[in-house]
Amino acid sequence: MQTLLFLILFPILVACLLLFVKRTTLRYAVVALSALVIGGASIYLLMQYALEGAVYFAAPSEAASLAMVAIEMGLALFIVYMGAKFKNYLAIVLAVVQAALVVYLETTFSGNLHAVNNLFIDQFSIIMALIIGIIGSLIAVYAVRYMETYHRHHPEVRDRQTMFFFVTFAFLAAMFGLVFSNNLMWVFFFWEITTITSFLLIGYSETEEATKNAFLALVMNLLGGVAFVVALIFLAATEPVSGGIDLARVLASGDAAIILIPAALIGFAGITKAALMPFSSWLLGAMVAPTPVSALLHSSTMVKAGVYILVRFSPVFAGTFTGFSIGLVGGVTFVVASAIAISQSNAKLVLAYSTIANLGLIAACAGVGNYMLVWAAILLIVFHAVAKSLLFLGTGAIEHRVGSRDIEDMEGLIVRMPKMAVMMFIGIAGMFLAPFGMLISKWAAIEAFVQVPFGLVFIAILAYGSAVTVFFWAKWMGKLVAVTRETERVEKGFFEEPWAPLYIITGLVIATVLLFPVISSTLIEPYVLAIYGVTARLAQANVGIMLLMIALLLILPVSFLLFRRSAKHLPAYMGGRPATPDLHFAGSLGLTREVQTRNYYLTEYFGEAKLFLPGAVVCTILILASWVLAGVAL
Amino acid sequence: MSTMAFLKRSPWILHYDASSCNGCDIEVLACLTPLYDVERFGIINTGNPKHADILLITGGINELNKAVVRNLYEQMPEPKVVVAIGACAATGGIFRECYNITGGVDKVIPVDVYVPGCAARPEQIIDGVVTALGILEEKRMKMSGAAQTKEETRHAVGEST
Amino acid sequence: MNWLIGAVLFLILAPVAGGLIAGIDRKITARMQGRVGPPLLQPFYDVGKLFEKENVVVTTAQNFYVLVYLIFIALSGALFFAGGDLLLIVFAFTLAHVFLVLGAYAVHSPYSHIGAERELIQLMAYEPMVILAAVGLYMVTNSFYVADIAATTVPAILYLPGVFLGFATILTIKLRKSPFDISTSHHAHQEIVKGITTEFSGSTLAQVEIAHWYENVFLLGFVYLFFSWNPVIGVVAVAITYAAEIFIDNVTARVRWQAALKSGWLAAGILGLGNLAILSYMMLGGA
Ligand code: SF4
Repeated sequence: MQTLLFLILFPILVACLLLFVKRTTLRYAVVALSALVIGGASIYLLMQYALEGAVYFAAPSEAASLAMVAIEMGLALFIVYMGAKFKNYLAIVLAVVQAALVVYLETTFSGNLHAVNNLFIDQFSIIMALIIGIIGSLIAVYAVRYMETYHRHHPEVRDRQTMFFFVTFAFLAAMFGLVFSNNLMWVFFFWEITTITSFLLIGYSETEEATKNAFLALVMNLLGGVAFVVALIFLAATEPVSGGIDLARVLASGDAAIILIPAALIGFAGITKAALMPFSSWLLGAMVAPTPVSALLHSSTMVKAGVYILVRFSPVFAGTFTGFSIGLVGGVTFVVASAIAISQSNAKLVLAYSTIANLGLIAACAGVGNYMLVWAAILLIVFHAVAKSLLFLGTGAIEHRVGSRDIEDMEGLIVRMPKMAVMMFIGIAGMFLAPFGMLISKWAAIEAFVQVPFGLVFIAILAYGSAVTVFFWAKWMGKLVAVTRETERVEKGFFEEPWAPLYIITGLVIATVLLFPVISSTLIEPYVLAIYGVTARLAQANVGIMLLMIALLLILPVSFLLFRRSAKHLPAYMGGRPATPDLHFAGSLGLTREVQTRNYYLTEYFGEAKLFLPGAVVCTILILASWVLAGVAL
Repeated sequence: MSTMAFLKRSPWILHYDASSCNGCDIEVLACLTPLYDVERFGIINTGNPKHADILLITGGINELNKAVVRNLYEQMPEPKVVVAIGACAATGGIFRECYNITGGVDKVIPVDVYVPGCAARPEQIIDGVVTALGILEEKRMKMSGAAQTKEETRHAVGEST
Repeated sequence: MNWLIGAVLFLILAPVAGGLIAGIDRKITARMQGRVGPPLLQPFYDVGKLFEKENVVVTTAQNFYVLVYLIFIALSGALFFAGGDLLLIVFAFTLAHVFLVLGAYAVHSPYSHIGAERELIQLMAYEPMVILAAVGLYMVTNSFYVADIAATTVPAILYLPGVFLGFATILTIKLRKSPFDISTSHHAHQEIVKGITTEFSGSTLAQVEIAHWYENVFLLGFVYLFFSWNPVIGVVAVAITYAAEIFIDNVTARVRWQAALKSGWLAAGILGLGNLAILSYMMLGGA
């Protein structure tokens, strides 16, 4: 238990310390050191508990719970203050409603608000802790130098870096708390903390747009928060049957119909946090935040809290129509968000849409919730966290060197920033190509959905969804590898340190592929086995084949050596027009013109304007349906 | 290595219509029709210099297409041959005295076969291509021979040092 | 050890079979157009010739991508004939094609670029149907393994007529045949020069061609799976399917990419999904 408490409390300590650190070099030292400690502690956690199954800890309750309620009230006041300052009354209303509900819960059901064990750890929590502890702290390290450069490029933004790093580390603590809590009141508390940190970090630049988007995120997440409290009230009111606010008891409850309603409500909270449709707009708006924030909160960890809770509840959802419709929300989000990603040229928006899509896919797996799908969902969480954080950080580094986050401007990156291009290449490959992670999960998901009644809907969704996924990733990859001539190499000059986190995460992307059989057998399979009594795994032969494929991919670049010297170089064919190697040619009237190539964005077919509304409407209906169906089941 | 001569059996063509009256041009296309069916000899009209072995040019060279013809020729990988079809391609033909005409194709790139006629008949064109195949083969031999000598000298140097 | 034999035989024989099929294809096409056509072995002459040519590149990287393309196509096909997991095979083919596309992007030439984009559109057009076909075969035979599907005694085609027709539609795309040969084509004179292969020449182009042979043999193997309960009928059906593809190739003109995408997706959506929906209804207890 000490390790758990350490992981929650240590980041808070660091956060407070960072409030007083003003010099970048010193800050870098502090952050790097504590990243090392946090990462180390989460690995220690793995070694300590990996083989133990679920372990529960009573943990001090009264004082901590009181403190949490106090902080919650304080935060509500803060939101009211901010809402009043920026005239966002919806946020005020939601905060007040939420606070009132919490007070109601605390006063009316105080007798039922007791969990036997407040903390726990099992393999799924370990996986989440590893993601938070390793990826999260690497991003924090990267952020130090990034923010320094950021302020150099944006002198108009007020320098609030102490606040930035305080919030970042407070966020890490909250995430650890969230995945370790067995007391749902605690989960809710940490849940709200992540909402606030996200609000603060999105609004970091204090521009009008940033403030607006921060409030958008806040309002949508508060909506989920309100649903969460309602679920808690419901659970507390039905404590004897449902198990009250003790997560383990709720999940073990015999009365499936009773807990389906709170599950649907918490599922709704998960949907808002994971930015599934119709709430996807807050995550897109959140892209105005500095890139490390996007990497940390809005792709690899915080939004994962949304799907984390869905996966936790998936045994409840399994086989119910409520679960099915929540799954469909995820499925529709997956296919629609992937399709819209085709029409985006802003790298961060492509990443955001792809994040939404993948969270949708995870939600689809969790909602339908049979054992294979849960296995696939957890695998997706792991692979997505690793690959996506790399892509976000990479985009940030490229933006600082190239001066743009537009994919078209990344043309020829392999010439201009070869190391960065290779890392981006690996990250993108991790998102959709065969031996890499995400694809394994999609594949497992297809095999699983075949066996589920009405699973055909999901198979169709996956079939179309993965087709469009290939399209938008491959064309981005294409831009990166285009060998442009006579362009300047701009890799040098960037601060040296940010490269270290990038290298490590790139290594992790490859390592997760190579080690995924181990990850699966030591962490995911035991978890699934403990819950369902059966587990999924890939056939040995297929694992072998995939290892062969990845080995080939790693070895084949050696063949480059074969091609060197011998070949004769000619410029590209330009319809007979003589052209220079950098594609300038003699146009008519003696003018020299330059050829430029642009990718297809097919906006007419896959544009936001065209697809968002139908997707949002369908998802809204499905969410309402999930509540109605839960009510009917009762 | 040099005994396998696939080149002769698979000549791919790039057809460029320079400053012609379109007469010869039509005759070249006629070769592809069922009546003459040059695909019998493995001949394919590629429309891409990077894939082509034989450059067929109809019409003469003028100020504007000079650069284009030179570029197309440069874009073709070795071994390659050029066949000039019709009087215009040979000398500029009836356009010879025009203000903008430079002359025949050989003013800008080396021509290996001249096919006479105004317009050249399909039979003659096919005949010209077949003649070109012989030259193509010769060039290939020379090329692989050159490669071999290069290899040998490299070895010799390697041994002496 | 059966699987090893299958894989090795594929690696050795598929180029021969693929080349011969291409030769027959060109012969039949010529006859349909009232021509004599090239010798049967013409595709081998072509590839042999390409190896004799000088090595010309825009960028050395292009050779790398094409080599990876060839290797992964061969590997995926070998996996198929080794009796491997159909879904994994489908994804492995996607991986291979992405490398071809990257090769075309790498040369940074306008014509290759258009070809690459169109190749990706093709990929997007046929992928759903291929996955549905694999799922359909699973629903009938209860296995994703090619070895099990091929050994089945169930006449899959009777359960999956729609899926088969849908697959035949996208087969046109995969075989690079009209009306869906939008990224590159065997026919002369198209408006985008040679599309995705524009900048590949000599031995690199030969590798693309060999990869295409490998893939065609795999595709015909996939067609065979629908009929595998009876080998004789299977082989005949494969021959008829291919003949029909040649016929379609000769009687249609190329369509725009929009039409290709819509056809692929509608084939999957209506023929494929419709068929599977009925099938799963029957399995749920309707029949
Ligand atoms: S040679 Fe005669 S037919 Fe041929 S292009 Fe010249 S003028 Fe026309």
